[in-house]
Amino acid sequence: MTLPLFALQLLNGVEYGLLLFLVASGLTLIFGVLGVLNFAHGSFYMLGAYLAYWIGERTGSLAWALALGVPLLFATGWVVERLAISRLYGRDHLSQLLLTYGMVLLFNELQRALFGNEVHGVATPRPLAFGLPLGELQSWPAYRAFTCVACLLVAAAIRHVLLRTRFGMRVRAGAVNPEMVEALGVDVRRLLSILFSAGTALAALAGILAAPLTTVYPGMGEGVLIVSFVVVVIGGIGSVKGAFFGALLVGLADTLGKVLVPAVSSAMVYAVMAAVLLWRPRGLFGQPAEAR
Amino acid sequence: MTLPRSVRAGLLVGAIALALVPLSGDRFWVQFAGKVMVTCIFAVSLDLLVGYAGLVSLAHSAFFGLSAYLLAGLTNQLGLVSPLVTLPLCLAFAALAALLIGWLSLRATGVYFVMVTLAFTQMLYYLFSESPALGGSDGVFISQRPRLAVLGRTVVDLGDRTDAHAAIWVALVLSFLLLRRLVRAPFGRVLTAIRINEPRMRTLGYATRRYKLAAFVLGGALAGLAGYLDATLYGFVNPAQFGWRQSGLVLVTVLLGGKGTLYGPAVGAALLGVLEHFAQRATEHWSAVVGAAVVAVVLFLPRGVAGLLEGSRG
Repeated sequence: MTLPLFALQLLNGVEYGLLLFLVASGLTLIFGVLGVLNFAHGSFYMLGAYLAYWIGERTGSLAWALALGVPLLFATGWVVERLAISRLYGRDHLSQLLLTYGMVLLFNELQRALFGNEVHGVATPRPLAFGLPLGELQSWPAYRAFTCVACLLVAAAIRHVLLRTRFGMRVRAGAVNPEMVEALGVDVRRLLSILFSAGTALAALAGILAAPLTTVYPGMGEGVLIVSFVVVVIGGIGSVKGAFFGALLVGLADTLGKVLVPAVSSAMVYAVMAAVLLWRPRGLFGQPAEAR
Repeated sequence: MTLPRSVRAGLLVGAIALALVPLSGDRFWVQFAGKVMVTCIFAVSLDLLVGYAGLVSLAHSAFFGLSAYLLAGLTNQLGLVSPLVTLPLCLAFAALAALLIGWLSLRATGVYFVMVTLAFTQMLYYLFSESPALGGSDGVFISQRPRLAVLGRTVVDLGDRTDAHAAIWVALVLSFLLLRRLVRAPFGRVLTAIRINEPRMRTLGYATRRYKLAAFVLGGALAGLAGYLDATLYGFVNPAQFGWRQSGLVLVTVLLGGKGTLYGPAVGAALLGVLEHFAQRATEHWSAVVGAAVVAVVLFLPRGVAGLLEGSRG
């Protein structure tokens, strides 16, 4: 394989990893702070992608999908958290898993009822429909570069909010000891609602950004959900930093696996996870059991 | 631990009713009852892990699938049809796989354990669905169903609906009684105690990992039994039996029915089967009905259907 081709795959792997990070960061925070194993997270990714298709068809612009879709899914997340998820805080993880599994079935049927079973393509936004030259023969789509930059900006924003703001401080404190945070006068319920909705909006953002790169099809959320769980676990549950590096690792393993060992490429990601967990049973950046 | 008399009577009536289904002579319902009973075995064996040992495994479908595929291989490649040969081989194979996967997975705990088991399930799924030698994504037909011949006369032919139904019924009753006996024995008590407080059990001198591994292997062997019976019922195996959906679905069945009760998951499997069948007839959007039912059970019946049956005790 030539060097430019390898570089191209490397870039694609990074781009896939960064998109995964958007989904996985919400998943890891929702699990770390709310203690909820959220199977419905992939459904929000799927809804984001379908909104990108639907709004894109009507306005011809992905910018409208971003402007309308992300707040809409934030609101959806809020409603779901208030109506269902919030009733399960304090119950064991299995009830939450069961509840969100039921919601996956409901969201899948909602998608079928609204958009049908067809596979849809979403056009790359016109201003970004060109290639960045890479070596003499290859070029890398500008939209992929745009996605990378957008994801990196979001990652930086998440980092800033968590580490540098009062809200982030409360979230981190809530992850360690919610009772104490509540006793100090913080409205933990509202904190959790915001966090869940923000996670939902992030998943939707990933879905919207990914729509022009992949096609939009029924059940697309589930594949992403499982891979995102893999990312979360590799990084260590509750760790956003872990989700970031886990996502890059998975993105690269998947993309390079397809090129280097096509015969077993699909199992590659899971082999990586098994290897990481056998080496560090709590993930790369996970806290030991006693600390949580 | 003892069940209310009404529940025991209900289980007895249910078992007798299932045994009598072939008398109806309706081919569809005999097949349907067979499928439900196979799912019961599958779900009840997972309950040993989830409800007693506290091990939420997503590898359960792996043992189901491995056993089914081995049956296909033994029949198609080696021409082995006697269940006296194939059944022990398939169960042993499932148990061996469970020993290996369990030994590796039990290094992790909690959600990490769930994810390691998921990893093994997915690896096997891709191995079988992407390798043409193993049938690929189309799966494999089993050329002959297992049949038992004594002195040249066929005694049991699992290709026959009634025989297959009877065999599955017997397998279900035996598995259920075995597990019920086991969870009431000291072994089951130790598993329950490990679920509630593992460090304490370790302090008391129990080799907790070995107990968990033993439960994992036993559950895996019974999942293999379910896979074997499923393959004989349909004469067909496919990689979807490995996937995480299959493991997820059986986990949902266990939780819906009520974990840690053994009979709850069996009732859950039956209810889910019936609900799915009628919802499919009633509406195109049947999985929304199933989804709504699942959500309703979680919100209003915290201990599953078994909690409803047992009333508000404990």
